[in-house]
Amino acid sequence: MKITEEMVDYVSVLSRLKLPAEEKARMTGELERILDYMDVLNALDTAEVEPMSHVFPLKNVLRPDTVEPSFARPTLLQNAPVPDEEAFLVPKTVE
Amino acid sequence: MDYRTLTALELGALLREGSLSAAGAAKAGLDRLAQAQGRSNAFITVTKEDAMLRADQVQRLLDARRAPSPLAGVPMAFKDNICTRGVKTSCASKILGGFTPPYDATVAERLDAAGCISLGKLNMDEFAMGSTTETSFYGPVQNPWDPSRVPGGSSGGAAAAVAEGSVWYAIGSDTGGSIRQPAAYCGVTGMKPTYGTVSRYGLIAYASSLDQMGPIARSAADCAAVLDVIQGRDPRDGTSLDAPAGGLLSGLTGDVRDKRIGLPADCFGDGLDGEVRAAVLAAADVLKQRGAVVEEFSLPVMQYVVPTYYIIAAAEASSNLSRFDGVKYGWRAQGYEDLTGLYNKTRTEGFGAEVKRRILLGTFVLSTGYYDAYYKKALQVKALIKRAFDEAFRRYDLLLTPVAPTTAPKLGESLNDPLQMYLSDIYTVSVNLAGLPGISVPCGFASDGMPIGAQLIGPALGDAAVLDAAHAFQLETDHHKRTPPLPGQAAQKGGDAQ
Amino acid sequence: MTWETVIGLETHVELATATKIFCGCTTEFGGDPNTHCCPVCTGMPGTLPVLNEAVLEFAVKAGLALNCAVTRCCRFDRKNYFYPDLPKAYQISQLYLPICHDGAVDIRTAAGAKTIRIHELHMEEDAGKLVHDPWIDQTRADYNRCGVPLIEIVTEPDFRSADEVVAYLEKLRSTLQYLGVSDCKMQEGSLRCDVNLSVRPAGAPALGTRTEMKNLNSFKAIARSIQYEARRQIERLEDGKRVVQETRRWDENKDATFAMRSKENAQDYRYFPEPDIPPLELSEAYLDRLKAQQPEMAEARMARYQADYGLPAYDTQMITAQKALADFFERAVALGAPAKQVSNWIMGEVMGQLSARGLEARDMVFSPAALARLIALVQEGKLNRNTAVKVFEAVFEHDEDVDAYVQKHGLEQVSDAGLVGCVAEEVFAANPKSIEDYKAGKEKAFGFLVGQVMRQLKGQADPAVVRRVLRMKLEQN
Repeated sequence: MKITEEMVDYVSVLSRLKLPAEEKARMTGELERILDYMDVLNALDTAEVEPMSHVFPLKNVLRPDTVEPSFARPTLLQNAPVPDEEAFLVPKTVE
Repeated sequence: MDYRTLTALELGALLREGSLSAAGAAKAGLDRLAQAQGRSNAFITVTKEDAMLRADQVQRLLDARRAPSPLAGVPMAFKDNICTRGVKTSCASKILGGFTPPYDATVAERLDAAGCISLGKLNMDEFAMGSTTETSFYGPVQNPWDPSRVPGGSSGGAAAAVAEGSVWYAIGSDTGGSIRQPAAYCGVTGMKPTYGTVSRYGLIAYASSLDQMGPIARSAADCAAVLDVIQGRDPRDGTSLDAPAGGLLSGLTGDVRDKRIGLPADCFGDGLDGEVRAAVLAAADVLKQRGAVVEEFSLPVMQYVVPTYYIIAAAEASSNLSRFDGVKYGWRAQGYEDLTGLYNKTRTEGFGAEVKRRILLGTFVLSTGYYDAYYKKALQVKALIKRAFDEAFRRYDLLLTPVAPTTAPKLGESLNDPLQMYLSDIYTVSVNLAGLPGISVPCGFASDGMPIGAQLIGPALGDAAVLDAAHAFQLETDHHKRTPPLPGQAAQKGGDAQ
Repeated sequence: MTWETVIGLETHVELATATKIFCGCTTEFGGDPNTHCCPVCTGMPGTLPVLNEAVLEFAVKAGLALNCAVTRCCRFDRKNYFYPDLPKAYQISQLYLPICHDGAVDIRTAAGAKTIRIHELHMEEDAGKLVHDPWIDQTRADYNRCGVPLIEIVTEPDFRSADEVVAYLEKLRSTLQYLGVSDCKMQEGSLRCDVNLSVRPAGAPALGTRTEMKNLNSFKAIARSIQYEARRQIERLEDGKRVVQETRRWDENKDATFAMRSKENAQDYRYFPEPDIPPLELSEAYLDRLKAQQPEMAEARMARYQADYGLPAYDTQMITAQKALADFFERAVALGAPAKQVSNWIMGEVMGQLSARGLEARDMVFSPAALARLIALVQEGKLNRNTAVKVFEAVFEHDEDVDAYVQKHGLEQVSDAGLVGCVAEEVFAANPKSIEDYKAGKEKAFGFLVGQVMRQLKGQADPAVVRRVLRMKLEQN
């Protein structure tokens, strides 16, 4: 399949990556080659095959509704790149 | 005494006898590490002080004859995508810079309880994406057998550290061969257990449905001892199986009589290096001599495993890696204007090229209009692959294949052609897609002195049978006992020592 | 031209579990920012979700009560998007195989009875809260709400008026409260509603272009926004303009909806099956067990109260509208209070106090035992009704002991005919004119005399006793 730079732009926006022009051009070509190769799967007739999301017949794994202690706030915030005593900080979010 | 020729179990026995102290073992590892690190770059973080403190604690247990496991006091290390409380965990990525988890992975907790002594965190491909350990933000790792070659990946630091003798075993992760392939390239033994038998809690996810942690060590018996510690149901991992755990080491018999071993012809065809083919077929002969029944058979789904794997792994990765955005942990870019700018700049500058390639690929195969053609299709083919392996295991107890088409490539050879690199994963990825146990054992050396690995694959939950066959092979051979040359020492067999 | 408004609802309901959907952190409302959090709900690397069994149970119970079919094999999916209130950058939700589907809810409005079809009901996790701090010009992300369990209930576009929407929401709230799966407090955001609305010429088969309204946090806001938005769309169409498919925000103060700034990129959530959570397979036995646990709902209780206690339909409707009131009623009756008296008190004084204090029935501390005691005191003639109301008002807030209060304040009713007689003599002496009037046949004078006696006795006399004694004395006089 032909992969255009517009398609790469679209997935870049979705994945919050902003590639410089040169990198984008190279990536476009690489993705096209990779996706072309993936088309070998089309040789298989899978019309009757149920997609398999989980390999094992593992079912109903549940946890009891029992409160466990939360973490101390400083511990949770210790890795935040922009510190504040009570929260993670981000630039203004627009409604 | 050169402790580095010992297996983890042999070293553990010395510690329990008292002929070596835990501090002595830790120091032996750390000395070797200091000697090798400058060249191999196998470690991202070395926790020397912690290790020595820990050695004292474990020594008290040893003195009291209360060793909690056969591995008590044996120095080891974790791949740097495994969370360790209070110790920097980076995934070899710039974007996680400075991240110090306030929690332990379940495997780390279990090994801690078993008396492990961790020397630090091991280098890897960034976010475990790569087959050479060249995508690390912290620089590539060199193969201890030949510093001009890669150690394989993504657990390249783990395989190199075990091969060079800095640690006696390491915990790696394997999403498409990331334990088995570097083990093969570095001449050590590496096992990816059945999906769900080792808790993934605390393993920074690459592809959740395929990721599994496992040991890299000097022998199958060492791997069994490590798995005895780390396997078992964990309530914190919903995909962890409620299967019996433990008893792998004590269950080793070395008996493969009448075991039916299948050789998929599709794994021995075009693209496989002749010396690798010969070494793996020779391994089959060894097992035959010990009484196994070896037979070739056809497994045509092999031609679909790589695209299926890369679609699924990239799709899950694109989602799993979205949380790295410079808000909650890790590195944040400077000079952004607004929220979107913060996200774009942090992620674009924080991730390396291979990671970005897989994120874009994964985003594409999940996006509107392409989901059915790629992602859903891959899940359907995955079902067919699983079915083909189920059928094979109705006829065979185990499968034997190469681990990689060639021995370790030269540094810098692989990254220019990502598709070519993906294709080299052909023998390992199906094991992850079908959730099976697979082990890589050293089975010989190529004429250039580089190690070759053979892979034994078992049915789901057939970890014991896989280990036992590998053990049988190692009772008969000594490839796994070879050690690479120390810096400045001549290689044992055609090694390119410098 | 006559226009028809077509409305569908997406309602998010917070489940009343003790812990979050995928970790053991508490779901308690409030709390300082980021104090009800752990590595799982803040999306720290390497952490994994494990489903809370109560979430599954509550979701299935809700689905059964809404007459849904339960998906026997269901799964979770990931909905991927970047926003700082979503620390994993994906929400674990259900797209492909929601837990329940194809339900129906019967509602009644002034226009008559109607069935609203439920398209689906699915489980998902809530997001965090973002609060902008203008002082530092930064937004604070608080993840206490992250991972609080929600069910989203999606209806078919079956509503034609705001009345129907409100009737449905009241029914939904009552049902979920009776089940005990949610407290449905709109002001705490535990019941939130998105309204999808379009208009079309009456009788037209095709649906018009719809808008989605968010930020609706009261029934009043929902009703007003529907009226506003329908009018806005009709005006546009009548002016020959198009309705743009968009998300609009209701502004309570301006009484209008406004288009929300569209996110800079297309919404492409890239849903795919959540690999960290194995599928769910619900057995017949599990569903049977939950069915057997379904409590008696409002309608059944209404019927029972009418049959067993002979209460008027109006009373039963009022009392059962909120489960807490119905439970209160039943407990008071169980303590021996006559049903009609209890019902009168609930509809009058109790609801009056609740609304005056802006309280929800379930938060009331005043006990059924206290009400039963008040009623008994009135019945026994120890308290007159007016004093009882005063006692009620005094003890309502803290549920003080009724007897102790009455005693402490000396409110017990005077039913001693002798004492009343003495007071009557004094009143007669002071009001000879009234006695004459009474004798002349002016019944009003009798009322005045009764009032005077009551006043002398500070209202603590049993009015029946006063009347009896006065009549007797006047006849003798």
